Formats: sequence, structure tokens, C-alpha cells
Amino acid sequence: MELIMAALIGLMAAVSVYLMLAGNMLRFIVGLSLLSNAVNLAIFEAGRLSFAAPPFIAEGEKAPTGDVANALPQALILTAIVIGFGLLAFTLVLVYRLYGAFGTVEIDEIENAEPRG
Amino acid sequence: MNSLILSAATRFLAPLMLAYSLFILLRGHNEPGGGFIGGLVAATAFALYAKAEDTGAVRRAMRIAPELLSMLGLGAAVMAGVWGWWEGDAFLESVWPFLVVEDGKKEGLPVGSALLFDVGVYMVVVGAVTALFLALEDDASRSPDDEDADQSGER
Amino acid sequence: MLLALPIAVPFLTGVVCLALRASPPFQRLASLIGAAASVIVASRIAEAVLAEGPFAEQMGGWPAPFGITLAADMLSAGLLLVTSICGVAVVLFGFSEVEETSELRGHHTLLHVMLGGVSGAFVTGDLFNLYVWFEVLLIASFGLLVVRGGRRQFDGAIRYVALNLTATIGFLTGVGLLYGATGALNMADLHRAVAEIDDPRKLYATGALLLFAFGAKAALFPVFFWLPASYHTPSFTVSAIFAALLTKVGVYAIFRTFTLIYPPDTPYLAEVLMAAGALTMVVGVFGALAEREVRRVLSFSVIASIGFMIVALSIGTEAAIAAGVFYLLQDMFLKVALFAVAWLAVRRGGSEDFRLSGGLWPVAPMLGALFLLPGLALAGVPPFSGFWAKVLLVDAALAAEAWWLAALALGVGLLTLYAMARMFSELFWKPRPAAAPALATERPPVPIPALAATLAMVGIVTYIGVQPAPFIAFAQIAGAQLADPSAYIAAVLGGTP
Repeated sequence: MELIMAALIGLMAAVSVYLMLAGNMLRFIVGLSLLSNAVNLAIFEAGRLSFAAPPFIAEGEKAPTGDVANALPQALILTAIVIGFGLLAFTLVLVYRLYGAFGTVEIDEIENAEPRG
Repeated sequence: MNSLILSAATRFLAPLMLAYSLFILLRGHNEPGGGFIGGLVAATAFALYAKAEDTGAVRRAMRIAPELLSMLGLGAAVMAGVWGWWEGDAFLESVWPFLVVEDGKKEGLPVGSALLFDVGVYMVVVGAVTALFLALEDDASRSPDDEDADQSGER
Repeated sequence: MLLALPIAVPFLTGVVCLALRASPPFQRLASLIGAAASVIVASRIAEAVLAEGPFAEQMGGWPAPFGITLAADMLSAGLLLVTSICGVAVVLFGFSEVEETSELRGHHTLLHVMLGGVSGAFVTGDLFNLYVWFEVLLIASFGLLVVRGGRRQFDGAIRYVALNLTATIGFLTGVGLLYGATGALNMADLHRAVAEIDDPRKLYATGALLLFAFGAKAALFPVFFWLPASYHTPSFTVSAIFAALLTKVGVYAIFRTFTLIYPPDTPYLAEVLMAAGALTMVVGVFGALAEREVRRVLSFSVIASIGFMIVALSIGTEAAIAAGVFYLLQDMFLKVALFAVAWLAVRRGGSEDFRLSGGLWPVAPMLGALFLLPGLALAGVPPFSGFWAKVLLVDAALAAEAWWLAALALGVGLLTLYAMARMFSELFWKPRPAAAPALATERPPVPIPALAATLAMVGIVTYIGVQPAPFIAFAQIAGAQLADPSAYIAAVLGGTP
């Protein structure tokens, strides 16, 4: 199971690196979100995979009973997803504005439009 | 967009989604849900309304600038933390003014600083996501080189 | 609560500024009051650390290592204090420079949210929480970069955003893998947990990811190129606070991580840091020599300074770490001063481009003298703070028998002097080129807030240079606490050091 997950994470990372290096900002964004999802899966796996119950505390109890999943990686991933969502939204707006200003999202063409001083 | 079906459906859907988002917000205390997800649902409702009518209608309906809403939410979350310090010992400590614990049994209303914090998160998410969406939507309908803008009436 | 205030105060200031966003004068007032309040909070924290040593607070009352801990030692307290003072200076400077349109779009709110994020990064004792603060300051800095709007700004911002997002993903991966290897996230707890790792490959993988992420933030060789591509596009106010704070957060994270979490004798660590730091110095100073625009020159000088700090850490002795801390703290004032005088000169001369500038000396000799001071300080000429920073560093390098590092530091200092003299000559001494627009014969009105902020920064830099003893003593305490983190760990986890 761990091996399959690791291979999946590696595949996602490889695809995202390919997209991010393509020189097109739109692909960069897609690659970036794919990469952050790959990292989220990696964190999830770092918290150990198990077939356990969700980490909820039953009514009237003070601690979860029985075998429960590790709640911490889930909290970390949730935080990372929220932050990643915000950053992704901002980047998308930025690229949209960039497109409005330069008429292209190809990074090389932007480079030509705005030569170094 | 000028679609009769969408605007008629939105009149029912948007209030429903807003109400459901509040349900998710309150449910989040002990079960899956919470401020972030609730806020996203509410923001979706506003986005839908913006699609059905226009962004001006959303701004009027919200009555408060979405950026300001999100910053007020941030302020509420910080104040929830300060409240915990004021009543308890540590910043962000949970305070339950309506809750009494007697022989291990909880009595009263589980409303306190944690809920204030969650409401703050809800406001931040609603405000920020709506602000972003409205800015993008305004841009898309304004830019003259965008050919889609002319055809959007027909679709 | 004291440790939560450096985060809470800027955030609340940001909220108030946004509520007052229709009225720039009130926004400015709120902004200045908030920035001043941060100075008071930071000086209280510094006092507490001076009196009792490192101390910690557990957020929400959850004991470490289960909850999130905020902790301050001498390094954190010093950084908080310098950050808040730079914050006041930059707010004041912005009154003269930032356009009202930017203020209406939320310049002050973004600035304070960024300051809150920076302060959060300095006080947190939790590695994942550090990631969160990195993201907070990052998203606020994105906003500050584009708040002006315009092609150049979007072009600069996209480079900045692309590399910084990649770096934070590296950071997140590093944190996740380190958690997987140790089960710990609290930095003091990680100190224990990392020492128990038996497989060195886990150390290398996580350490390399974290070093990449922090190095990219700090603009360390070879991941520095985003900085000169973006720092010259926003307003000078924003450039100044970015140069003063953002790279320093990366440097702080490197100092903290590679003294507290990873033991300094981790194999290859000192060598990698030394090579990266030395190359950063060299690349930075040669870049500064090659550029032909004021803020591009200054951007590369920011990079060169980062090299000095990392080299100091890589030497690894207590004296060298203290030298690094001293360099770090005084450099923040210096960077604000450099960008501030640059704005004053560019405002008078009309252009940042060396090919369109010159001939300022006859019309503005006082400005010329003011312009020269931070440049000399950066190069390490007495009697400025930069001199003592280099003295401490070279002294520590010689004591550790790292002769070539001492020689390199002196050589880079000399080249920095040349780069600064060249910039001075291009703006002031050189006759005005024919292509340049004619200089205004009348002196423009004096921008009083900006001039006050500039003089304050130059004054601080000079004062540290004339009276270095208390500041050096401060840095030495910070260096000792970093070299032996047992007091910090005891403060966080409880128990005696």
C-alpha cells in the first residue's frame, strides 16, 4: 500500500514538474496545484496508513475509543489545502491580469515584451 | 449572463445555500463542517447570484464590502483569542460562558470563544472568496479584447 | 499573551486600516499607531528575554509538544524589535512616497498583515506553524507587489510568486517528511527527535528540502534570481520593507533550523552552507557591479549581505553565530536606509537608470552626502554598523582558522565599496548625459515624513557604529543561546536546562 502511494506521489510530482517547466503560466498553475496535492498525499502517508475509524470522540467520552486514524496529518493537510487554495486563487487572478496586460501567458513572450533595462 | 432558468433557480437556491452554510458552520463544532467549508458554500451562493444577475447585485445584496467582511472576520478570530486570554490563561484558550460542568456532565449551551473563532473564519472565507470572484467577474465582463464578452448574452 | 501580541497587534491594525480605507489620512494615523504599538510590544519581549532568558507560551493552554508554542529567545526578540522599528520607519516613509491609489487599494492593510506574518515566523516554536506564517507573509507580499497595478509590477510579481510558491511547497514537503520520520513538529521536541534518527538519509532528505525552501526565501545561491527580477518593480517603500524583512525571515529560519533542529555537526551541513554562502556573496557583489539601475544594484547588494550571514552560521562557533546575528540585525536597518536614500535621489534625479541620470551633486550636495552614508555602511567602512559586523565576522573566521573566508569577506566588502561608489558617481558626480531630461532647477518640496524616516535609519546605523558595545553584547547572548539551545528547549518543554 505504501509503495503504491509513494509511486503515485512520485508520478504526480513528475507530471507537475513537467507542467511547471513548460513555460506557460497556465500550465504552471495546474502543475503547482498538482504538486501541492502530491505533497498533501505525502504528508498523509507520513502519518502512516491504516484501516482505522475516523478520529472522532463519541458522545460522553473523553478520548476516542478503539483504533482511530492519526488526526494530525489530516489537520496539517487541511491547513495546507486552505492555504494552497488561497494562493492558487491569487495566482490565477495574477495570471489573468498578466494576460490582460501582455496578451499572452507564455513566459518567454512576456520576457520579450518587457526587456531588462 | 442573461438566463431566465438560472436567475429563477438562483432565487431559490441562493437563500437555501446560505442557510445550509450556516448549518455547516454550527455543525462544525463536534462533527464534520466548520467555518471554512461553510464559508465556501456561502461564497458559492454569492458566485451563483453573480452569474445569474451581475456583480453589482451581489455587492448590493451583501451590503458590506467583501474585503471588509473578511478583515472583520480576521478581527473576530483575533478577538476570540484575546477573549481566551482574558478569561483563561492562554491566548486562544477556549472559553465557555454558558457551559457548566458538574460531575463530568456538561450542562448548558456550548457557545463560546471557539464559535466566535469559527464565525471569524467563516467571514474571512466568505469575504475573501467573494471578493476574488467579483474582481475576476468584473474583469471578464469589462475587458474589450475578450471576445466572449460579446457573445455571452446568447449563451 | 505577550508573545501573541506581536502577531495580534499588526493584524488588528490591518483590520482597522481596511475599515478606514475610504479615508487615507485616518488610515495613515491608524497605521502609524499600530506600528508604534508593535515597537512597545517588542521592547517588552526583549526586556523579558534579557531579564529571564528564553520563555515560551502555549497557545490555547495545550502543553508542548502537543499544542502550538510561541517562544522567544534573544534572536527572536531582537528580530521582533528591529522588525517593528523598521515597520514604523516604512509606514512613515510611505506617507511621502506611496500613491493615494495604492492606499485606497489597501497598501496599509497588506503592509500590516505582512508585518504580522513576519512577527509570527519569528516567535513560533512549531515548524508547521512556521510554514503557515511563511504563507501569510507571502500572500500579503504578493498583494503589496501588485497593489500599484501595471505591466512592470505584474511581470515582477509573477517571477516572485512562481519561485516562492515552489519554495513553500518544498518547505511543506520537508515538514511532512520530518514529521513522518520523527512524529514531532514542535521545534524543541524535534531537537530531541532528530537526534534519535538512526538513518542519516532521512536527515539529508528533510534537511535538504528545508534548506532549499529557506534558501529560496533568503535568496541564497543558487536560488536567488527571483529577487533582482522583482524587487525593483513596486514602490520604494515596499522594496525597502521587502529587502529589510523578507529575505531575513529565510535567514532566521536557517539559523533556527540548523542550530536547534539539526545538530550543527550533521554531515555536509557546514560545507553546504559555507559554499552556498560564499557563492551568494560573490554573485551578489558582482551582480551589483554589473547592474545599471539603482534598485537592481541594491537588490544584488541584498543578496551579497545574505551570503555574509550564512557564512557566519556555517563557521559554527559561538562567536561566528553571534557575528551572524549582529550582521542580520543591523542589516535590516541598513536596507531600509539604502532604499530610502535611493528614493530621495531618484526623486530628485528623475530616473533609476544610470544612463539617464547624473549631475545631481551641484544641485543637491546635502542629498549626495546623505546618499553616501548607507552605502559606506554597507561596504563596512567605519564608523557605521556594517564595519563592526564585518569585524566580528572576520575575527570569528580567523579564530576558526577559516582564512579564505576572512579574505573573501574582506574582498567582497571592498567590491561592495566599489559598487556603492559607482552608484554614487553615476547618480551624483557624473555629468548629466544628453539623453537625460533636464533637472528641475527648483528644489522640490522636502518630503518631511520620508526624510525623518531616512534620517532615523541612518542615525541608528551610525549610532550602532559609534556605540557598538551593547549591541555586540546582545548579539553575543543570542549567539550563545543558539549555540547551546538547552535554555530554549527547557522554556518550551518545561523543566530545567
